[in-house]
Amino acid sequence: MLKLELRPQASPVWSVASPLLALAITVVLGSLLFIALGKDPVRGLQMFFWEPVKSNYALGELMVKATPLLLIALGLAVCFRSNVWNIGAEGQFVLGAICAGGVALLADKESSRWIVLGILLAGIAGGMAWAGITAFLRDRFNANEILVSLMLVYVAVQLLVWLVFGPWKDPGGYNFPQSKTFDAVTQVPRLMKGSRVSIGLLIALAGAAALWIFLFRTRAGFAQQVGGLAPAAARYAGFSSRKALWVALLVSGGAAGLAGALEVAGPVGQLTPYIPVGYGFAAIIVAFVGRLHPVGMVFSAILMSMFYIGGELAQSRMGLPKSITGLFQGLLLFALLACDTLMVYRVRWGKTADAGRKAVA
Amino acid sequence: MAGITKRYPAVVANDQVSLTVAPGQIHAVLGENGAGKSTLMKIIYGSVKPDAGRMLWNGQPVTIRNPQEARALGIAMVFQHFSLFDTLTVAENVWLGLDKSLPLAEVTRQITETAAAYGLDVDPTRPVHTLSVGEMQRVEIIRALLTHPQLLILDEPTSVLTPQAVERLFVVLRQLAAQGCSILYISHKLHEIRALCEACTVLRGGRVSGTCDPREESNASLSRLMIGAEPPQLQHRPAQVGAPVLQVQALSLERESPFGTDLHGVTLQVRAGEVVGIAGVSGNGQRELLYALSGEDTRAEPAMVQVAGQDAGRLGPGQRRALGLHFVPEERLGRGAVPSLGLAHNLMLTRGEAVGRGGWIRIRALRQQARNIIERFNVRAGGPDAAARSLSGGNLQKFIVGREIDARPRLLVVSQPTWGVDVGAAAQIRAEILALRDAGCAVLVVSEELDELFELSDRLHVIAKGRLSPSLARGEATVERIGEWMSGLWDHEPAEATPEAARVEA
Repeated sequence: MLKLELRPQASPVWSVASPLLALAITVVLGSLLFIALGKDPVRGLQMFFWEPVKSNYALGELMVKATPLLLIALGLAVCFRSNVWNIGAEGQFVLGAICAGGVALLADKESSRWIVLGILLAGIAGGMAWAGITAFLRDRFNANEILVSLMLVYVAVQLLVWLVFGPWKDPGGYNFPQSKTFDAVTQVPRLMKGSRVSIGLLIALAGAAALWIFLFRTRAGFAQQVGGLAPAAARYAGFSSRKALWVALLVSGGAAGLAGALEVAGPVGQLTPYIPVGYGFAAIIVAFVGRLHPVGMVFSAILMSMFYIGGELAQSRMGLPKSITGLFQGLLLFALLACDTLMVYRVRWGKTADAGRKAVA
Repeated sequence: MAGITKRYPAVVANDQVSLTVAPGQIHAVLGENGAGKSTLMKIIYGSVKPDAGRMLWNGQPVTIRNPQEARALGIAMVFQHFSLFDTLTVAENVWLGLDKSLPLAEVTRQITETAAAYGLDVDPTRPVHTLSVGEMQRVEIIRALLTHPQLLILDEPTSVLTPQAVERLFVVLRQLAAQGCSILYISHKLHEIRALCEACTVLRGGRVSGTCDPREESNASLSRLMIGAEPPQLQHRPAQVGAPVLQVQALSLERESPFGTDLHGVTLQVRAGEVVGIAGVSGNGQRELLYALSGEDTRAEPAMVQVAGQDAGRLGPGQRRALGLHFVPEERLGRGAVPSLGLAHNLMLTRGEAVGRGGWIRIRALRQQARNIIERFNVRAGGPDAAARSLSGGNLQKFIVGREIDARPRLLVVSQPTWGVDVGAAAQIRAEILALRDAGCAVLVVSEELDELFELSDRLHVIAKGRLSPSLARGEATVERIGEWMSGLWDHEPAEATPEAARVEA
């Protein structure tokens, strides 16, 4: 019989091996899914794991999608490590896009290149303000931040839809619900010709380095995490839980807002109702698969980006439904949660002494 | 029972333990924390299954798979931590554990009957949260008695009782034993075992280190069986008292949680170079008082708490630490230390020496600081990066006490300094506290162990129902008097208030 036995200390090996095992399980289950749908599993897996990396252009597209995922996940890691459950990064992303878009719409031919800085700062401010509502309601009225931040996602989406159907609709846009295309001067600088990768990638990587320093080398980062690991110890030490709440939500809101700004002033180039594509939710998975560790999240963001691209390819080339992307993301998260058991427990074959204890429990 | 063995992943809790209890016998199981007493009792009660060994019940071999089977055989247990629902009445709580076919009125009648028969005075209609800890224990005992047990197991029953309540409990237990009920009495308090029990099995490190008749043994000989050595004696030099460092004036606070205690006009003074002890049964306001002193609760008026002459009532823990107040909380894991973090990082909860400009952590300096404390206070740990939860209770306590003492405080507030700590570590911690006092630090010790308070303190207060008694010099304090005061009965002897106490009032 299979038994789980508590480890005296969490295994460091499995904290790295568990995401890899989860990925393997996802691949196996994914293959079975392709077979069940009557598709060639090899071709299906190719869409997800080979097509996105086979050329420079494909790699560029991979980075374009990985950038917002990584940025948002970095912010969320601050939240989750301090036990603040911000589920509404998608809404903060949308608000960042709206604010950045508002500034971008002001630009004309004579505007300076520096307007890009204004656009990005507006995005950050928008995301912070949206997350700030959650922080305020939690701080002042002890409202549950999970529910508030999640519900605010839908408010943010409605706000965006209202803007592009109403005041910001492009007068020359044949009545399509979208703003006018931003002036070329608002475009976030690209890293190289022939690829859509922008300086956003560098910002995200710098963000990962900054987060590492904050979490592991500053007292403020230490205090932030103690609040999440042991609230009573934080109170004993005198680390303010209110400050931790505000820092967590403002940082993650700002990061999500910046991602939104980079998206509208980069690949999209205008405001449309299709700005929210689920990066804010996918980033939650990125954060956990990456172990809330800045380096881990770089890899998991790339992986999740592969799922996005693979899902789109499977849709266009193999005729599979759009939901295949979400399915793969979900498979990975659940496999990871299951594999994480191995960090704290070890598996034993045969009868062990703990049988009696479990029966009672 | 014979040859009982129970292994856990990290330790062998019971190794070839054998134990025989005669009908009507009060049998003590003596041992330090972690000696395997509780595991052995849980095996008897069926909540833990042994890896090897067999159990005979009235001569018949039995396997007890769960507590229901144990109760069916006639085994009842009163746990150290009560399992009562605060919002239900006494009768409802008892009813929950019984056969559901009985109506509540019948249960109430049986409770009154049993209570009268054993002098266990409890009103069945009162909600449990209005009861004192001693009364809650009576409810637990009545609940156990209603199942008409042949064997009653009591796990550390006196840790929450005043000395007078302990005497009353002993009367009940002797009466039960006289009627033929066997009693297994688990404790680490030697004098209680010698006063009550007829037989004694001593456990050390999971093995039986001896069986004896405690009435014929001395504290010293029992202690040798229990820890393998006699406890070291403490040097208590006369106090060199200096200026007041902590002054608490008429501190009144409403409870924060519905089941907490209000503080009423607590007045207290601790001077440099003396140890002041606060005795009392837990749940009488110690927790609330300590929160208000440490700065974890900042609702007090600024002048109600003064540290080193400065109003500190509204200051947070960090600001009070800057004034020289260091605090060792009762809960080691989760409050005094973050369980999953290494010892070095746990230093940063209260110490800032390794934090440089702009809050930059100098990792090397931090590790070195942790290594120094580990060495100086003889902490057995895997190194400065060992997770706090990987240490035994005693070693973690040594580290936390060491962390605060090493900060050279002007005022050290310690709660339950040796709770759940083995005898060797406890002696070391007490010696460190006295050394700190001799170096001129003011020390406030809050403890439920009277022995410990008598050993450490120069003056003693008693806390009861959120009020603090006047102080008694150690020479004038006796167990009887402190015990009476634990019930809040100091107002009847105002004439006896000592000059010491009068000075505090002034």
